[in-house]
Amino acid sequence: MSERGPSRPRPQLVRAEGEGLGIDRELLVRMHELMVKARVLEERLIQMYKAGHGYFWIGGPGEEAFNVPLGLLMKRGQGPAYDYLHGHYRQSATLLALGEEPVGALRQMKNTATDPYSAGRNFAGHFTKRAWNIAPITSPIEVQYAIAPGTAMAQKRFGGDGITIVTGGDAGTAEGDFASCLVWSSRPGQELPILIIVTNNHWGISTAAATQQGAKSLADRGKAFGMRTASVDGNDVVGSYLALKEAFGYVRSERKPFLMEAMVSRLYGHSSASGANPVPGEVDCIATFEEQLEKGGILNRAAMVQVRERWTKEIGEAARRVRDEPMPAPESIWNNIYKERS
Amino acid sequence: MANMAQAVRMALHYAEENLGVTDVFGEDVGPPLGGVFTATQGLKTAWNSPLDERGIIGVAMGLAMAGQRPVAEIQFCDYIYNTIDLLKIAGNTCWCTNGDWNLPMVVKTPVGSGIRGSIYHSHSFDATATHIPGWKIVMPSTPLDAYGLMLSACQDDNPVLFLEPKALLRIKGDEPIPGEPADERALSKMIDAPLGDRSAWKPDWPALEPYFVPIGKARLVREGTTLSVVSYGRMLPLCVRAAAALAETGIRAEVIDLRSLWPYDWEAIRDSVEKTGKVLFVNEDTEVTNFGEHLLRRTVEELFYRLLAPPRLLAGKFVPGIGLADPLEAASVPQLSDITEAIRSLAAEQA
Ligand SMILES: Cc1ncc(C[n+]2csc(CCOP(=O)(O)OP(=O)(O)O)c2C)c(N)n1
Repeated sequence: MSERGPSRPRPQLVRAEGEGLGIDRELLVRMHELMVKARVLEERLIQMYKAGHGYFWIGGPGEEAFNVPLGLLMKRGQGPAYDYLHGHYRQSATLLALGEEPVGALRQMKNTATDPYSAGRNFAGHFTKRAWNIAPITSPIEVQYAIAPGTAMAQKRFGGDGITIVTGGDAGTAEGDFASCLVWSSRPGQELPILIIVTNNHWGISTAAATQQGAKSLADRGKAFGMRTASVDGNDVVGSYLALKEAFGYVRSERKPFLMEAMVSRLYGHSSASGANPVPGEVDCIATFEEQLEKGGILNRAAMVQVRERWTKEIGEAARRVRDEPMPAPESIWNNIYKERS
Repeated sequence: MANMAQAVRMALHYAEENLGVTDVFGEDVGPPLGGVFTATQGLKTAWNSPLDERGIIGVAMGLAMAGQRPVAEIQFCDYIYNTIDLLKIAGNTCWCTNGDWNLPMVVKTPVGSGIRGSIYHSHSFDATATHIPGWKIVMPSTPLDAYGLMLSACQDDNPVLFLEPKALLRIKGDEPIPGEPADERALSKMIDAPLGDRSAWKPDWPALEPYFVPIGKARLVREGTTLSVVSYGRMLPLCVRAAAALAETGIRAEVIDLRSLWPYDWEAIRDSVEKTGKVLFVNEDTEVTNFGEHLLRRTVEELFYRLLAPPRLLAGKFVPGIGLADPLEAASVPQLSDITEAIRSLAAEQA
């Protein structure tokens, strides 16, 4: 049931460690493009919010270097043979890497009837796509960690190599659902094929992580459960890709859990509630990557500027189209409360 | 005749054989115990979970997302409260995703008082449950309805909450489960796990037949003309007893077993109230923002000019818990005498 298009380049590792950037040039270029596309999309969403074309913004600028490889490594399709993603509200780059059209996010921001994720019901960044096993993103922090072991359990039962991926922020790991996930994923003899990810931006809205949690490393929490763990620099796209590839490989073949913590940036603060303005001092993964690409002779400045301009134009046009699309009808509140048998 | 726990067990067996149920799970649900009320003994898909209610509801949701059909148990509804936001999400997933996802899952949990359960084994959950849209909610008062509602719950493509009146779980019914042997000792031998070592035990299931009680359909338990009594769960048999006793005094109480709380059978209530002009709603959950208050509000709004007396609600007292000592429990939730008195006084009331 995979819907992966034939034209999509397959990520591959061709060069040995230490040679160039460690990853095939084609993939580097592709990841750069997706990262820029995701950034442009988020910046457009922020702009829409500020222009009054949406009520609230939350998203993932600053997580592209981690979330793009995540999406590229997922096995896309519907049902237990494919990978499930239980994401959170900073996942746009993953969706784009999977091949999602950016216009859906714009429609959700504008809460139009055409919003493919919720028909105008939910906040921006709250994706869902059953055809690709993208579980609905919900606002309550951490609940996805209690739900994800369920899809992983079905996959263990099903056989095959589909896995479950769950992501969320660092502050949310204080919730019991994070512990639930560790417990349910590692029941002796019934370990689950689940990649448990924490994207650590060191903040929960305005509260610094260091003031609330004593654990030196969130990844280490997996060790008590006998899990393989890793902590990666989520601002380093190559490092993230390689670490994720290894973790995916392990979970896919061993059918066991893996806990990964990725250090990421929060480039526009928490959400529109905190202004959605650029935050000084945070590492910008795209800027870093572009320096590497230029130095490595993979892409020159002009080419990279062109990529950004192209997406700025395309997504800008899509945003203008969305502006005139209808709001949901009031009587639509009664639709889809239940699924009725066909 | 089977008791309600056996009826639930047989329904789950039927459902795992015929309706695609893949998992029956929760704390102590699998072998060796088969549930603290024995309702899951001998089921081939039953398994024990970690002691983690949020994990239980979350995993049921995940299983349902991945094409499984889970039945999850919360051991006592007193312990379901820390899962409320997950219950909300299970209930809103179809709506929030505009129909993209649906969750075919059942959550069963014993509710209510009547077993000297003190503060944390006597809670009711119907008032809270009916504040969570997107679920279907059922609550049987007989073994046969438990069987028929469980089959409907397992077949539904949406989350269904199956509330088990715990004081009725060991009570035998008047009507047989289709397929159960006539001799109840034979049934027990076939499907009740033996005491002691059970490691080699396997149930010998009777040839059960399908019997679906549609969700949303009430049952007219007793016809009458003087007034209507609308109840469900553990209070229902008490209402029937009160009505039977009062029949001798000339009070003809009509008794309706709602069976489904959401969606509920408004037509059954309306038809009855239009006939009698008087209605008493009875349940044992705390009375403030109680589900019976909703029914009462709707009765007032839609049937006001058909009423011969103010509609009434008899429910649990709005106190923080149900105390252990007999006088405390009796003072907290409606007793037979309270119901009898409420029916008598409503019957006597003149417009
Ligand atoms: C259960 C819950 N509590 C509180 C909130 C309000 N809230 C939204 S985001 C957030 C901080 C989350 O921080 P973290 O988990 O680190 O993720 P981040 O947003 O930094 O990626 C809070 C407290 C919520 N949405 N859900």
